Amino acid sequence: MSIRQVVRYAGPAALVAGLTCLPWISWDVKKVFPGPINSAGTLQLLALCLVFAGVAVTYDLLFGYTGLLSFGHTLYFAIGVYLPAIAVTRWHWSFTEALLLTAGLGLVFPFLVGAVSLRVGGIAFAMVTLAFAQIGATLAIKNPHNLTGGEEGLGTDYRKLPDVFVGVFNTKYLYWLALGYAVVVFAIIRWAVNSSPGRIWQAIRENELRTQVIGLRPRGYKLMAFVLSSFLCTAGGVVYLLLQTGANPEVTAANMTLTFLIMVVLGGAGTKWGAVLGGVLYWYLQDRFRAIGDSSTVHGLPGVLRTPLSEPLFLLGALFVLVVFFLPGGIAAIGRRRGPTGLRRLESALRGTDSGGPATVATPDQHT
Amino acid sequence: MSTFVVLTVTGLGLGAMYFLIASGLSLIYGLMGVLNFAHGFFLTVGAYGTWWMESHLGGIGNISIRYLVSALIGMAIGGLVAALVELVLIRPLYQRHIEQVLVTVGLSLAATALVSAIWGGDERPFVTPAWMTDTTTIFGARIPNDRFLEIGVAIVVLLGLELFLRRTRYGLIIRAGAENRAMVTALGIDVRKAFTLVFAIGGVAAAVGGALSNVYFGQVVPDRGTSLLIFAFIVVVIGGLGSITGSAMAAVVVGVSQQYMNYYPQASWHIGNWGLGDISVVLLLGLVLLIRPRGLSGSLA
Repeated sequence: MSIRQVVRYAGPAALVAGLTCLPWISWDVKKVFPGPINSAGTLQLLALCLVFAGVAVTYDLLFGYTGLLSFGHTLYFAIGVYLPAIAVTRWHWSFTEALLLTAGLGLVFPFLVGAVSLRVGGIAFAMVTLAFAQIGATLAIKNPHNLTGGEEGLGTDYRKLPDVFVGVFNTKYLYWLALGYAVVVFAIIRWAVNSSPGRIWQAIRENELRTQVIGLRPRGYKLMAFVLSSFLCTAGGVVYLLLQTGANPEVTAANMTLTFLIMVVLGGAGTKWGAVLGGVLYWYLQDRFRAIGDSSTVHGLPGVLRTPLSEPLFLLGALFVLVVFFLPGGIAAIGRRRGPTGLRRLESALRGTDSGGPATVATPDQHT
Repeated sequence: MSTFVVLTVTGLGLGAMYFLIASGLSLIYGLMGVLNFAHGFFLTVGAYGTWWMESHLGGIGNISIRYLVSALIGMAIGGLVAALVELVLIRPLYQRHIEQVLVTVGLSLAATALVSAIWGGDERPFVTPAWMTDTTTIFGARIPNDRFLEIGVAIVVLLGLELFLRRTRYGLIIRAGAENRAMVTALGIDVRKAFTLVFAIGGVAAAVGGALSNVYFGQVVPDRGTSLLIFAFIVVVIGGLGSITGSAMAAVVVGVSQQYMNYYPQASWHIGNWGLGDISVVLLLGLVLLIRPRGLSGSLA
């Protein structure tokens, strides 16, 4: 291994090592975390941050690297959350069987949905994926045959789960699981975007028509990215289920996909660390904003200030608008001056240069 | 037979609301290439504007007049909010479509959260004029009168929009702008005024939908707009992006088939509540995409 490679891998390795050691550290950082670092509450928060870092990276593969704006990504997350919960609790399967089923459907389902929705490009793709995700939201709320638990959600039968993942005392194992998930997803997607299909994904993002002209079929490559990203997202859903010990219909709602989108844009779309940063930061801020909203300082404020501050989604939505306006490259672009970054680079992808889709009726002045 | 009539008319009433959102979405997309994610919020603005106004009008006139006045004010607020959104948030990002879409996403999240912070996240009851909840008997089916109101208003809006687009100078500019924006600008016409105009028109139409949704559902909730928006998207894609008449046709198909599928399979085979109405509409969308990726009418406004 050359010196350069050592340096390149030393930073991330040290970061992972440091994160691995957190459950043995008992510092109490006031106001930053809900309790001492190795307390169950803090580890749970950190674990969720890591899960969403991983999920944000899967979304970035679609949005930042392939230029596909999906509004239905949470459908695959929800499959990972709901399917094992239903299999274990309602059908009394073993956890392994439930995982196998989830893995199987986690591949088949995005393949089918992707094959249909990738027939259109650009904005229409966004709307179509949103519609497909609505199936998940409908099933979760309507509660057919008492399968999904409706608005109450569905708790998992903990006797079927591996012992190490059950109970507050074992939160550190769940934390390590979440860390493992984030690291594996990051590694797979780094490898994928630097592989030869990965180059083609980025070429599609830059100019789909040109990839077609040189004899490639963009739709197949887009489907590949779609299935890979969705499958890894489903895996994240399973980790989330274990962490939350149950499925709740919130994960099926369209707002969840918007959350992934915000994470990626916040961190910086199509950059190495952007999605990870965005995922961690978003989830952390959401949790802290909620704590601030409940705190006595905010309750003392006049109504005009108190009302918006008590809604984390309002603060995050407003923050998102500000980022889009003033920092379109996301956090990863801070201090970088060279070339367009983040959203600016994705512009051509959304204008739909593919054949056949409604997006091709885009305005003729698109090349001005 | 009577069930069939009830389902059909209810479906048409629902379709009317889908159309009121979809027409604005379609118009905005056709001219500007912007997918307006905050369009559902305009409906919520109309719904809450109407509700708030009606509960503050006190005993002025009778309830029908109060509803009419509140609905008109709700529409005005909806149009105003939409025009403001265009001026403040969309215009500075001119020609950056992806950022425009993302800004509307953020706005939709933040604004819905704000509404729920101010008036609470739970349903608030809406006082409806009695004659609207009364029923009329057609072919042995008892149908609430408000369904006819919704259908009638949607038809008026459809005809009004078509007349506006075909017969007025502004309509001509909008159609020409959708066709070739650069050419219209080169002819010395400021297309950006038309942008604000379509946003305002779309906002008013959505707010009309909001005022009607108060009657249809009998209550207001902060996420009414966002949940109807998803089906409006389906309507827009099935109808063909940018086509108003296409949206109208698709809204009828979507609303009616949703009602049939919600009722018949469950009633005849006792298969439990799978929400088949919603699911079948999504599958219909998939089918349309497989057969005609451009939607039912692949033309511009």
